Amino acid sequence: MKRYLPFIIVALVGLLAVGGGAFLYRAKRSANPTPKISKTETLPSGESIHALGPADAAVTLEEFGDFQCPPCGMLSEPINQLQKQYNLRVIYREFPLSNHAHAREAAFAAEAAGRQGRFWQMHDLLYREQAVWSKSTDARALFNAYAGMLQLDLGRFRKDMDSSDVQQQVENDQQRGAVIGVKTTPTIFLNNEVVPPKQINPDELPGMVEAAVKKAKPSS
Amino acid sequence: MKSREDQSRRSAMGRSRIQTIFYSAAALISLVGLAEATYLTVVFLSGETAVCGGSPDCFQVLGSSYTKIGGIPVSGLGALAYFSAFAFATFAGFGYGHARRFFAWTVIAMFGMTLWLLFVQAFRLHAFCRYCLFSAALVFLLTGLLVARPVAETEKS
Repeated sequence: MKRYLPFIIVALVGLLAVGGGAFLYRAKRSANPTPKISKTETLPSGESIHALGPADAAVTLEEFGDFQCPPCGMLSEPINQLQKQYNLRVIYREFPLSNHAHAREAAFAAEAAGRQGRFWQMHDLLYREQAVWSKSTDARALFNAYAGMLQLDLGRFRKDMDSSDVQQQVENDQQRGAVIGVKTTPTIFLNNEVVPPKQINPDELPGMVEAAVKKAKPSS
Repeated sequence: MKSREDQSRRSAMGRSRIQTIFYSAAALISLVGLAEATYLTVVFLSGETAVCGGSPDCFQVLGSSYTKIGGIPVSGLGALAYFSAFAFATFAGFGYGHARRFFAWTVIAMFGMTLWLLFVQAFRLHAFCRYCLFSAALVFLLTGLLVARPVAETEKS
């Protein structure tokens, strides 16, 4: 028996490592069962947008956000939850404010990640890590690191961040915001109706969304 | 004559005990490393980003291009190396002579790789990741055991 003992121990540890790794992998995947598919859609007008949720959803939530704005960061996760809960269509528009030093670069980073199908992952990461990169003297290095963590093609990411296409996309979103009267962030529209700024907070927004859903589907 | 035989048997038993202790310690350290490297591999494969918990240095290291070699995650290679070290240490502890040599070569390779990764963190990325430092500490411990082993064996014999 002693002769076989080392083989048994090594085989058990090998199985445990592979099995444990597989279990952990599945647990991590099931904790996030619907990985966000970054949809960059082109509207009939030729405009491209970042949207989550079905195109025919009863309620569309359109947010004009700035990745360096703290209230936008506080709303990021609640909006994700509301999207799942009510199957909303969520559209994110870039609206970097000039008083935020790294906001514009962060918007470029999100757009560059979007070019590789990871806009929403970068969106979530930028908001989650907002407190860190906002204070950094070299935010660009951190954006590159985030891209690496998201397993993006780094060379392409760097190139896209500096490309005129990405910068134009941000410009277009800002222009659209300016045309419809957006002045600050976050500005949220529910089915094209602006949500009063006082109600744009994690406590009151769910009520506003629920009311919009009820209004859109009065029978249910 | 008989007492000399007894002395030699006792000496062999002592050597065998110290070897068992040495390789058991090495196997335990390798197990800890295997757990850490497996965790990092899973994190890499699942694309989870929360693992850095707001540490910019961690992001800079784990998000760098040095985390992959030919598309294979370095943490995966680390898991394989720790598993090999564990297996060889276990076999060596049970008296398999060749396993000692394989264990030594594995630890030397891991030590070399650790030095390279520390160099990358210090001079290329200018950032240190706590997971990598922990793994480096484990490899240094294994190397320390490897270096100390002949001394302990010679002293006993």
